[in-house]
Amino acid sequence: MLDQAVFYFFAALAVISAVLVVTRRNVVQSAIFLITALLATAGIFLQLHAEFLFIVQVILYAGGIMVLFVFVIMLINLDVSLHQVQFNRQWWLGLLLALVLGAQLTIAVAVGRSGLPLGEPAPASMLEPSTQLVGKVLFSEYMLPFEIASILLLVAMIGAVVMGKKKI
Amino acid sequence: MHAVINFVISIWVPLVCMLLIVAVLPLVAGYIVLMERKVMADMQARLGPMRVGPHGLLQPIADAVKLLLKEDIIPEEADKAIFWFAPLISVTAGMLAISPLAVGPWFQIADLNVGLLFIVGISALGIFGIVLGGWSSNSHYSLLGALRSAAQLVSYETAAGMALVGGLMLAGTLSTREIIAAQSDYGVWFVFAAPVGFFIYIVASIAETNRAPFDLPEAESELVAGYMTEYSGFRWALYFLAEYTNMVVVASIATTLFLGGWLRPFAGTPAFNFLDYLPTVLLLVVGAYCFYRVPKQPVQIQKAVLAAVGLGIIVVAGILAAPLFAPAGSMLASAKPGLHGAFWFILKVGLYIYLFMWLRFTFPRYRFDQLMRLGWQFLIPLSIVNVMGIGLALVLHRQFGWSHWTAFPLTILLTLAVAGWLGWAGEKQERKQAVAGEA
Repeated sequence: MLDQAVFYFFAALAVISAVLVVTRRNVVQSAIFLITALLATAGIFLQLHAEFLFIVQVILYAGGIMVLFVFVIMLINLDVSLHQVQFNRQWWLGLLLALVLGAQLTIAVAVGRSGLPLGEPAPASMLEPSTQLVGKVLFSEYMLPFEIASILLLVAMIGAVVMGKKKI
Repeated sequence: MHAVINFVISIWVPLVCMLLIVAVLPLVAGYIVLMERKVMADMQARLGPMRVGPHGLLQPIADAVKLLLKEDIIPEEADKAIFWFAPLISVTAGMLAISPLAVGPWFQIADLNVGLLFIVGISALGIFGIVLGGWSSNSHYSLLGALRSAAQLVSYETAAGMALVGGLMLAGTLSTREIIAAQSDYGVWFVFAAPVGFFIYIVASIAETNRAPFDLPEAESELVAGYMTEYSGFRWALYFLAEYTNMVVVASIATTLFLGGWLRPFAGTPAFNFLDYLPTVLLLVVGAYCFYRVPKQPVQIQKAVLAAVGLGIIVVAGILAAPLFAPAGSMLASAKPGLHGAFWFILKVGLYIYLFMWLRFTFPRYRFDQLMRLGWQFLIPLSIVNVMGIGLALVLHRQFGWSHWTAFPLTILLTLAVAGWLGWAGEKQERKQAVAGEA
């Protein structure tokens, strides 16, 4: 009961702030609502006992990327964007597609619910600490993709430095 | 009887700790400010606050009342909603970050599996309070302060994080409780196994808490008061509270990971068991000094207050002494780890904060480009080398069977050599740029 209440609270928070991100005119307010949406998602992770995902979401997205976002937004002249047209003319098409997608998902869940084999949730005390699990899986089963991803990031980083510097 | 104690510890202690954080932390922050002013006065051969209460002991309360009664000014052109709640973000983040800290084996709100990451991550959210507050004030000084703060925090968080990784590799866990247990198993605090990491963390944590010599976001000679220029009264006090809460947080992280948390010095050596009496003796000396100063107070009421303070300290000393003299196996004797652990933890946090103050009053403020160069060209590479060095030591110990006493000193020397080379190279480059600038 409490679990469900917590879930719906975070889910509603995430959805409402996600809508506000795209409808607010002021960029700083959009950024604040994006932070709220990300933190609400982190809350759902925490409720599912995925502590590691929760804290990584907070550190990387809210604490890292959004700080840089806000940093850049502060340097922008806000008055210009306040007077520009916020949506282009195809906004109704986008809305329609989003509604169709939402309807599809709702129907799929409603129809497939009986056929979906949902196991009983394990009690929280039985779960292994997720930090160790993530580490083990990353460095054994998914070693190669993990290393490739890190090399990709390194390449992107070096590329950014090369493009940013006039003289190397 | 033990079942009752276990029930109290599991349910009520977290609740009481939670209330204590919200209720007492502002007071603690106020007294850290007083301590800072006293230490500053001492280092500058002055007396510091002396008027309110004996030796200025009631000054924080007077300051708090003054700040609460001041008018809360919101600038006309400010973004009002954001201006209004920006300080709250900073304070909330700081207080939330304290929850997984283990102040002694008894006093902890939540033993999280990701404890240390939680503290680091949540306290990093406090930057939004600074950035949004600076932006919403609609003032150039505030905006510049906020920009500097964001740039500084993002730069030094990397170094601090990598320094923590070094310690975490030794501990093998993120839970604050288990980190301290790991240090107890090793027999040494991690500051001796990873001294370079500890040094990096000290420097980076000063930069993260925006304190001198890295207090560029609020450099008063350049930016009035930085991001809080437009704030006044209670909201300004909230920013101050957040700053001092963050100091407590970084000091607690360093204490937990590097200084052995609640462990007594030489906790595993029975020959040093006489150190158990140190808390009591220390507090008795302080209490006796209070009584010695009582007749020298000018006003009757100050005499009474100072005597009460002395009495309070002696009572605490008695509480700490009681488990030592109780018969072994009794309920009172089993309270020793909880009470003494809390004493040692708070003592270490206090000493770390004292170190912060000491550095503040000895070093001149850095220039912004110097700050960035120190962070990116010295601390971050050094912290990566430090992680590799600790990894090497662990491999030598675990795979090749070297003893701790050869593996760790060797890798520490290697890391120090790299540090020396980095410093030398940076110096050379700076000199070259200075010459190029003159030409």
